[in-house]
Amino acid sequence: MEAGAATAPTAARTQETGRPRNRRRGGKLLDWGLNVYALLALLYLLVPIAVILVFSFNNPVGRFNFIWQEFSLDAWTDPFGVPGIGDALLTSVEIAALSTIGATALGTLTALALVRYEFKGRAPVNFFIFVPLATPEVVLGAALLSMFLNFLVATGFGTILIAHIMFNLSFVIITVRSRLIGFDRSLEEAAQDLGATAWQTFRLVTLPLIMPGVISAALLAFALSIDDFVITNFNAGSTITFPLFIWGAARVAVPPQIYVIASMIFLITLALMLLTVWQQRRAEKMASVRPEPEEE
Amino acid sequence: MSARIRKAGLPYLLLLPGLGWLAVFFLIPLGYTAFESLKAGTLDTGFIFDWQFSNYTDAISDYNEQFLRSFEYAALATIAGLLIGYPLAYFIAFRGGKWRNAMLLAVIAPFFVTYLIRTLSWETILSDSGFVVDTLKSVGILGEDGRLLDTTFSVIAGITYNFLPFMILPLYASLERVDHRLLEAGYDLYGRRRDVFLRVTLPLSMPGVVAGSLLMFIPAAGDFINAELLGTPNQYMIGNVIQSRYLEIGDYPTAAALSFILMAVMLAIVLIWARIAGTEALLGTEGEAR
Repeated sequence: MEAGAATAPTAARTQETGRPRNRRRGGKLLDWGLNVYALLALLYLLVPIAVILVFSFNNPVGRFNFIWQEFSLDAWTDPFGVPGIGDALLTSVEIAALSTIGATALGTLTALALVRYEFKGRAPVNFFIFVPLATPEVVLGAALLSMFLNFLVATGFGTILIAHIMFNLSFVIITVRSRLIGFDRSLEEAAQDLGATAWQTFRLVTLPLIMPGVISAALLAFALSIDDFVITNFNAGSTITFPLFIWGAARVAVPPQIYVIASMIFLITLALMLLTVWQQRRAEKMASVRPEPEEE
Repeated sequence: MSARIRKAGLPYLLLLPGLGWLAVFFLIPLGYTAFESLKAGTLDTGFIFDWQFSNYTDAISDYNEQFLRSFEYAALATIAGLLIGYPLAYFIAFRGGKWRNAMLLAVIAPFFVTYLIRTLSWETILSDSGFVVDTLKSVGILGEDGRLLDTTFSVIAGITYNFLPFMILPLYASLERVDHRLLEAGYDLYGRRRDVFLRVTLPLSMPGVVAGSLLMFIPAAGDFINAELLGTPNQYMIGNVIQSRYLEIGDYPTAAALSFILMAVMLAIVLIWARIAGTEALLGTEGEAR
């Protein structure tokens, strides 16, 4: 499906028959314009990230880190030097890890049920999974707090975790489901024909095959969890996560350490992402050795 | 247990944990919000359930300005997102070549930076003595005491940036799926570039336009972080009101009523959209029933 591959035969045909040449008329300028526009759009997406990376090396005067003063490594050599910032980050990582495990496990089971089985009520279930995605975060957070208040549940680490699994579930289900849809069931049938039990089939055939989808879902869940502010803000009690720490800081003082940790999170996520892509590509290369079924 | 019963019960068993979690921590809380929204009283005397429907009418008449502003800002940001995102998605899908994955990575890169920090970064970029304001002043676009920060512009720009990847990814997904043979057919039939784009590419990418607009509009309309950090109370949206009523003032009934109205309006928009676009594209369930 590469664009180049698809246009090549036409170019040849155009030469042979001298037919449609008009597609090129005035096209140069348009092509050039599109290239420039796309590059500007990409630049727009990346500039704020660059600003964060650059300002993490700033040595700001005053409480805010908004104006460039001079290059400094102080914040990078002492990233946890601001009281509370290390604990907040640790809390965020713990919640992200636990909620990722919870949401990925529950969501994968749900996705399996949705794609693999014919059952009554699939349409309402699909709708039910979609509704949380269409609900503004502020409503999700406020609603959950309403319930906790009514039951006199003390908000804190546990309630944040509950909330994160809740909002991550729909994302996990949808991600895993999209992976499952192209799944070749004959492989499972083959395993069962060869005498594998249902559990063995799942563990040895199904799970490894859907693993890329499960991993992307888990990565997404982790990223969403560690980034969440709105829902957490409602259900955190006195627990402080990294985004809550930033929110508190944004009104009082923004030390460069915040930019340093943000840069670290960015670089680590980027590395993880590249690693996953690289591994998937390797897996696909290995899989492409055997003949592939015809695509629809 | 016979094999038949197992087969029939298994899907429900698999669904139970996930859907149960959503029922207990999403559906029931909504019920409590409804309950909360009909209470009367004050924070000091306590709130008592009283079928206080006036909470809804009061909420609408007191905060219709913020409601309208939320939808206006979200709509403007979505349009800006389409204008920025469509050409970029088109470029990546048709001209990306071997750089395609790298460019997609750049599209989602903002998500690797904490949301609040992305917004703080815009605060840095647009700040009063920053590079952008200085440049605009020296060119004369901005007056001597002109500002970018704390304006409607900065809030909408922030919203646009923060939710742009939600727009670009579905656009890219639908453009990438466009069958190039159809475009070739269009050219072979002497279609000009504009005709082929308007009559083939654009209609085929409509599911992406619909999904992207929705995915951008929903979080944008409920957002309050951009208005808080990049704006002033004059730019406050309905999210700001809900969060301050709830967490700062403790006026739970009003906050609950506002939440419910916001959610109802959102669901209405989504369902109307689904009618227009077809539910499969929206729910992502194409090709599911096997």
